[in-house]
Amino acid sequence: MRRIPEQKIRELEQTAYQIRTLAIESISACEVGHPGGSLSQADILAALYFDELRIRPSDPNWEDRDRFILSKAHTCHSLYSALALKGFFPKEELFRGGHIKSVLQGHADMKMTPGLDASGGSLGQGLSIAAGMAWAARKMRKDLHVYCLVGDGECEEGQIWEAAMSAAHNKLDNLTCIVDYNKVQAKAWVYDEINLDPLADKWISFGWQTVEIDGHDMEEILQAFYTARWMNRTGRPTVIIAHTVKGRGVPWMEFNPAWHTHAPNEEDKKRALADLETSYGRCGEGRE
Amino acid sequence: MEMREVYGRTLVELARQDERIVVIDADLNTSTRTDIFLSEIPGRFIQLGIAEQNAFGWAAGLSAMGFIPFPSTFACFASTRALDQVRVAIAYQYRNVKIPGSYPGISADKGGGTHESIEDLAIMRAIPNMRVLAPADATELRQVMHAIVEYNGPVYFRVTKYELPDLFDESYEFDWKPVLLRDGADVTLVGTGYMTHKCVEAAEILAREGVDASVVHVPCLKPLDGELLTDLARKTKAMVTAEDHNIHGGLGSSVAELLSGTCPTYVERVGIKDHFCKSGDEDELCEAYGLRAEDVATAAKKVMGKKPTY
Repeated sequence: MRRIPEQKIRELEQTAYQIRTLAIESISACEVGHPGGSLSQADILAALYFDELRIRPSDPNWEDRDRFILSKAHTCHSLYSALALKGFFPKEELFRGGHIKSVLQGHADMKMTPGLDASGGSLGQGLSIAAGMAWAARKMRKDLHVYCLVGDGECEEGQIWEAAMSAAHNKLDNLTCIVDYNKVQAKAWVYDEINLDPLADKWISFGWQTVEIDGHDMEEILQAFYTARWMNRTGRPTVIIAHTVKGRGVPWMEFNPAWHTHAPNEEDKKRALADLETSYGRCGEGRE
Repeated sequence: MEMREVYGRTLVELARQDERIVVIDADLNTSTRTDIFLSEIPGRFIQLGIAEQNAFGWAAGLSAMGFIPFPSTFACFASTRALDQVRVAIAYQYRNVKIPGSYPGISADKGGGTHESIEDLAIMRAIPNMRVLAPADATELRQVMHAIVEYNGPVYFRVTKYELPDLFDESYEFDWKPVLLRDGADVTLVGTGYMTHKCVEAAEILAREGVDASVVHVPCLKPLDGELLTDLARKTKAMVTAEDHNIHGGLGSSVAELLSGTCPTYVERVGIKDHFCKSGDEDELCEAYGLRAEDVATAAKKVMGKKPTY
């Protein structure tokens, strides 16, 4: 276990709140996006970008940086928010996305947006790319870590399990996969479409160090990353199964497939921001 | 030497001088001949098992870190089983991955219709950022492999299983452009990969009948340099294309598309006529599907009959 100052946890929670509000504003302004998954992964992104990842916003291509792949690339708007807050590009860009001259695409695109290590949009592919990066980093004796965030519905793709087998076989202990287990996919509950449970048992049987956490508990998130990277003595890749709430922070979006992909209109946006304020007890700090 | 063996040996040659080169196998190394690489440079050989989609994703990740991966499998699997990964993980992200299509066209012969890859050129050609090649002999394949390592970007190149006759000697310098093999005034025979040899033979058949044919080899279908083909279309006013590939979307389509914009010309397309293939040996298949030199010669006479009289 790692001793984490209370102050740090509160700061990261505040950052996650900012990521959420910016994501809602961004999706609304761009008139495209996926609010549910953008909100469920916000705490994980706050922990990654503001504590865990060794990256340099002023030098996005620094070759010894940690790598992060958002394999569930449709939930890119909260990632864009994290990148903007981190300083990879001006926050104003968040409200211009979806237009032909914007650097922000409807699905994460590394050729367009500073700070991205891979593009996505076809589910199931990110973990294979991450595994290739991890093998390469080890071969080059680089002390960097590769992170890949996948969705729960995405785990229905066969390629995820091909990647899982290959990463364990190659003992890629410099690779961490996070499952945003928010229980809802595009059209229904995951357990109604194709049940994933017991999900932890699957990853364990595929040879991964498996950690299950509450994906909205900042201390648990930080401890899990510590276990995955700094305390991993297993010689195996780590999966963090983060139990989350789709749409977390906006009660009428929570666990509601209608908000998997749907841009809030002006009125929805105001309601959502007000609800986020109620949920997180802070006001107006999402945008300066 | 079989083309696939040239592939395996050239990989070793390249990797000895370039530490960025890695080979990914999907359980086919004794067929694709990456077993040669495995025995020489095992530390840069990655066995990923029968999981092509994952293998092509790994290739993207390896290239992101500076390696130059050759994910090696059959053309049918590279172009269809792993197509989404080729498109999204490699081409869309402009990854520096070199994709050999082993056993392309009819060269999977007795393997049958699932293995005879007659769509790969069309599929790969339709993907933005992708360069598409089909070298025709050992000298050219070796040079192509050197050139694509020099080039930074995604590449698909066919590696025929068969041994092919020498077309070029050591003085040949591959430069991506179509190559004039024979200069004639009556008709132009355009081949790629394996079928270029059939065009050379067909020109000899035609010569015996008093027809003076030009022969062009197209090593690179995309990008396709138009100068030589346009000049020959103007001069001969009749073109034949020949490929061991569906007549839809491959060399014939490429040439027709090109000439429609530069010098509209009758084009007769020799190739697989939009059907799946069957098991058979090389000669049986060529006879059954009209891929013999005689078939190219027949197509030449047919297209010459359409020539404008002005």
